[in-house]
Amino acid sequence: MTTEFTPLAAALGGLLIGLASVLLMALHGRIAGMTGIVGGIVPPLAPDWPWRASFLAGSVLAPFLMLAGGIDIPFDVPVSTTALIVGGVIVGFGATVGSGCTSGHGVCGIARLSPRSIVATLIFMASTFATVYVVRHVLGGI
Amino acid sequence: MRIVLALLIGMVFGLGIAIAGMANPAKVLNFFDVAGSWDPSLLVVMISALVTTAIGYRLVFGRLEQPVLDKTFNLPVSRAIDARLIGGSALFGIGWGVTGFCPGGAIPALGLGYTETFLFVGAMMLGIVAARALQTSILKVQSV
Repeated sequence: MTTEFTPLAAALGGLLIGLASVLLMALHGRIAGMTGIVGGIVPPLAPDWPWRASFLAGSVLAPFLMLAGGIDIPFDVPVSTTALIVGGVIVGFGATVGSGCTSGHGVCGIARLSPRSIVATLIFMASTFATVYVVRHVLGGI
Repeated sequence: MRIVLALLIGMVFGLGIAIAGMANPAKVLNFFDVAGSWDPSLLVVMISALVTTAIGYRLVFGRLEQPVLDKTFNLPVSRAIDARLIGGSALFGIGWGVTGFCPGGAIPALGLGYTETFLFVGAMMLGIVAARALQTSILKVQSV
């Protein structure tokens, strides 16, 4: 299944993601790493869970309001439900053990020139490229 | 005030993800499918977010002694490039490649209301809980 290259929307979206990361640091003194933020609202609950829950609620609310306002947001899951669930557990487990994901290591960490984040990002990007190649071109989809 | 502003910042993040197309697993997966239906959008998103954050952080750390709503900047202190970092990241990449969802894309995608996203996020939370339980009980290390 193909999707169209959307450079302008991608640049604007990236700018907003970056802006949110900067604001969270300036106001709350926190890294906008999604895995870490979600980690604080699942058991054992972090003592500072309220701002985390609030940030997460806001991030869910924005696309919801866009849809409600009649803006079309393309969405397609090209994998099976089983793969989605197994992959979900792996994402949560791996990102927690690796101390971060795309937002935490890939954006906030590299922006701070953290060697850990640069290494982590190179590894998970390489691992994702390899996985997608195997899934699509060796296994023919899952 | 902390709570309200966190909600607003979250909205900026979610808006960015939605506009960028990163709430859509098909679009994310196509970035990684160089041998197939390649869509370079994710690269543009990453560069744009990175440049904005790098410039913004420089301003924040250069001008502020402490964050506006807190006493200190809460920055990661670990500098170890160890098996946990490498293994965890490699594993995360496998899950991302299988599903097309990363945590930052999946949470905002909940707002679109598709069952698949709820299944993924539930499974992801299970993975987070399992990793933390393993790290604190067996490896005796503090998770972040």
